[in-house]
Amino acid sequence: MTIGLTHYLVLSAVLFCIGLYGALTRRNAVIILMCIELMLNAVNISLIAFSSYIVPQLLTGQVFAIFVMVVAAAEVAVGLAIVLAIYRHFKDIDIDNINLLKW
Amino acid sequence: MGQAVAFWIMAVVIVGAALAVVFLRNVFRAALLLILCFIAVAGIYITLSADFLAAVQILVYVGAISVLIILAIMMTRGIQKGSPANKLRLPAFIVAAALLGILIYAVTSSTWYISPQPPLTDTTGPLAAKLFSENGYILPVLTGATLLLAAILGAIVITRENKESKK
Repeated sequence: MTIGLTHYLVLSAVLFCIGLYGALTRRNAVIILMCIELMLNAVNISLIAFSSYIVPQLLTGQVFAIFVMVVAAAEVAVGLAIVLAIYRHFKDIDIDNINLLKW
Repeated sequence: MGQAVAFWIMAVVIVGAALAVVFLRNVFRAALLLILCFIAVAGIYITLSADFLAAVQILVYVGAISVLIILAIMMTRGIQKGSPANKLRLPAFIVAAALLGILIYAVTSSTWYISPQPPLTDTTGPLAAKLFSENGYILPVLTGATLLLAAILGAIVITRENKESKK
């Protein structure tokens, strides 16, 4: 059985849903950021799979994956800075206890 | 054949490590398994003949982002009581499972136009030509550079100690 585009897309879907479940249920802010990184990696897998199976000579999906990585790096830097600021202010990074903006 | 073996090994490692990241109670072990997951994703890129992106994945995710995450875990060590789940466990599971079912159904039931050409094997030069050429992606590249600069400045400003509140 040869590996086709569908295998990569199903793997990407599974990884995305695992990351989504983790981001919705965990209470530690750092774990939530890690789950968001998992979801971004899933998107990158599907972009590169599309790129190498559908337009193999054009590399468009790989260019998009590079931009996803740039945005992911910026996001994780700012996100962890926010987590550290929250920790310094509240002495806690449990998302359920930080409800200052909850209406 | 070799690609199939490599794909299945990497897929099992990715899914297992991702499940461990979500379900392990120890935050530090979850971070280490996240690094394993990133490395396996780089292997998946290699099976897709995206060699430059595999190198970038190792450099950016395994080298930089995981160090940042471990640094954040170490800085917030005082409250190391694991990562418990919140009250939304059942609705979140239903949402994730439904999304997974929909995605798998959509992927398997649609017909893709698979190109008969083989993928490029050496992607570094063509990627550079695409990114930096005049009718390529030079404007998004510059925008991404500006975004990274803004993110660095924002991270510094957010984490800096406020001197006036210290007094």
